[in-house]
Amino acid sequence: MEWHSEAVVLVPISVFTIHNSQFLMSQRRIRVLVAKPGLDGHDRGAKIVARALRDAGMEVIYTGLRQTPAQIATAALQEDVDAIGVSILSGAHNTILPRICELLRAQGMQDVLVLVGGIIPDEDIPGLKQAGVAEVFQPGASTQDIVNFIRAHVRTVTSDPPWRDE
Amino acid sequence: MQKGHKATTELETTRAGRQPSPAEQRWEKEVLKPALEKSRERHEVFTTLSDVPVERLYTPADLAGFDYARELGDPGEYPYTRGIHQTMYRGKTWTMRQFSGFGAPEDTNQRLRYLLEQGQTGLSIAFDLPTLMGYDSDHALAEGEVGKCGVAVSSLADMETLLAGLPLEEITTSMTINSPAAIIWAMYLVVAEKNGADWKKISGTIQNDILKEYIAQKEYIYPPAPSLRLVVDSIVFAIRQAPRWNPISISGYHIREAGSTAVQELAFTLRDGIEYVEWVARTGMKVDEFAPRLSFFFNAHNDLFEEIAKYRAARKIWARVMRERFGAQDPRSWLCRFHTQTAGCSLTAQQPYNNVVRTTIQALAAVLGGTQSLHTNSLDEAWALPTQEAVTLALRTQQVLAHESGATSTADPLGGSYFLEKLTLETERACLEYFDKIDALGGMVAAIEKGFPQKEIHDAAYAYQQEIERKDKIIVGVNDFVTEENRSIPILVIDENVARQQRQNLAELRKQRDHARAQSALEALGSAADTDRNLMPYILECVRAYATLGEMCDVLRRVFGTYQEPAFR
Repeated sequence: MEWHSEAVVLVPISVFTIHNSQFLMSQRRIRVLVAKPGLDGHDRGAKIVARALRDAGMEVIYTGLRQTPAQIATAALQEDVDAIGVSILSGAHNTILPRICELLRAQGMQDVLVLVGGIIPDEDIPGLKQAGVAEVFQPGASTQDIVNFIRAHVRTVTSDPPWRDE
Repeated sequence: MQKGHKATTELETTRAGRQPSPAEQRWEKEVLKPALEKSRERHEVFTTLSDVPVERLYTPADLAGFDYARELGDPGEYPYTRGIHQTMYRGKTWTMRQFSGFGAPEDTNQRLRYLLEQGQTGLSIAFDLPTLMGYDSDHALAEGEVGKCGVAVSSLADMETLLAGLPLEEITTSMTINSPAAIIWAMYLVVAEKNGADWKKISGTIQNDILKEYIAQKEYIYPPAPSLRLVVDSIVFAIRQAPRWNPISISGYHIREAGSTAVQELAFTLRDGIEYVEWVARTGMKVDEFAPRLSFFFNAHNDLFEEIAKYRAARKIWARVMRERFGAQDPRSWLCRFHTQTAGCSLTAQQPYNNVVRTTIQALAAVLGGTQSLHTNSLDEAWALPTQEAVTLALRTQQVLAHESGATSTADPLGGSYFLEKLTLETERACLEYFDKIDALGGMVAAIEKGFPQKEIHDAAYAYQQEIERKDKIIVGVNDFVTEENRSIPILVIDENVARQQRQNLAELRKQRDHARAQSALEALGSAADTDRNLMPYILECVRAYATLGEMCDVLRRVFGTYQEPAFR
């Protein structure tokens, strides 16, 4: 079970995005999946981020604990999200993140922003970015940093997401 | 059983809640007002870390009517506010017990021996996530997780390696394990038995506090009722068969780490304790038979006085609860004996050497608060499990406190401080309010099912995060005094070979063991789980037959089902 998003009415007007802008002119809110993969049960941060994103006007679905990469990818598809925030503190990130990114690509969702927060050593960041992670938020990051990053980097949100044409 | 709690004191609450005396009014007008006009205070309002208001001054007027015997007592005397022993650290310092575990059992065995050589006086074992969640190292869900957060233990063979060469009759061992606690403890007991140690002599602790898993740490497997059955079975077995063992460590540490306030940490922990006493008492055991073996585990966070007040209030409240709510008559049943760990959530990734300072202040709070046992975090733990160098410094921190600071020379050294006594009273009052709320909800299990403690914790965590981001609270190196730093410190990296070796060992174990014996033991466990028989003997038999942790937990999963937490709204 997850939060229920408000009903969204899609209006067929053209949309333009201002890159690096504080706001997105769009007829639908940014949709974010907050995911807890692996066995880690520490959800303090994930819940705070979920709430902060919601307070910033985004629609947030929280997966709950102990999701497999496959469950996360499926949820992302079903919820038609624009971004996925993965929370992982257990040291399993080098296994789990690439798997998630791989599954997203297989679903044609490579333009979905993948972010990760938690305990990630500096030396693991390049590998994660290579695997498809857009940004890593280490301890001390603020919720505002995360909100700003998503707004600045999320792909263009239109009434016709590209993969729907396939 | 007595319902409804009244604070023991009739004192007025805060200075803000009472009329200042004429002398105080004159001082405020003639001395304070001009001083503030000349130079304002740094903040509008001063609070503790948990947002409890702090006045600019505390005087005897704040403690008018304070009765030493009723509110404090001497150390070793009811209600134990000043400490549970008469001589406190003059008799024996707290146990220095560093929580340790990583990689394969032999890696952790080495670290445990090293720490003993460096002067730690008790053992404490950290298990990896697969072990904590009742999965063997070769389970699909264990991938990427083996040995990363603690040591991998899938079988008696692993436990034998882990404990090799350790003097189990002479040293106490604490094991941080919850859902599979009965199983891990059974492995420990069988190793002790094989080494010729007497169960009546061995001592240690298993955390075994499932209620706080639902509330905060989330390492649950089964639903509450069967999980509590396992807890009760292990407590009853301990009282009868291993009477020096502490079969539960009722914990607030994790509740605080999840973002609670100090009062919430205290209240939810002690209220969990009340719940456990009720559950064990329902077996027919007299409270004085088991209560002396209940133990507790608290956090030590940054705010020195708030933490000391919390520990003092804990002892006072628990003594009263045991004597008056449960009618315990043995003074040992009244004692809140506790271990403390410095706050992991306070450690920063930025400027990691600042963490040594934080840990020192937090450890001092625990010592001035009268803890029985202490773990100090290492400077690198915002990044990884501690390196040998980092954990050595953490242990030395305790040793410097014990031998160089003078904090051990007298019991409850800050007793009598107007500020501390006032804060202790306020903490007690606020804790008892939570007891009333939770009692009104139908008890702790009911409160958990309604999401009450979880929501309190989340709201406190969110408020704190906002305070940080608004710079209402400063974290040095993070939102102030920030430097562009080259911050690479050496960190402990766990080899993926550990997982491979564990998988091999398990394959080998399954080949070598008496398969029929293991199967039959597992079946007997499954049948017994469906009755109300004490499961410990059945678990012990599985362990002796080298059934694996995962196999035993799976049997119980089939009988008990698994737990899904309510949706986060």
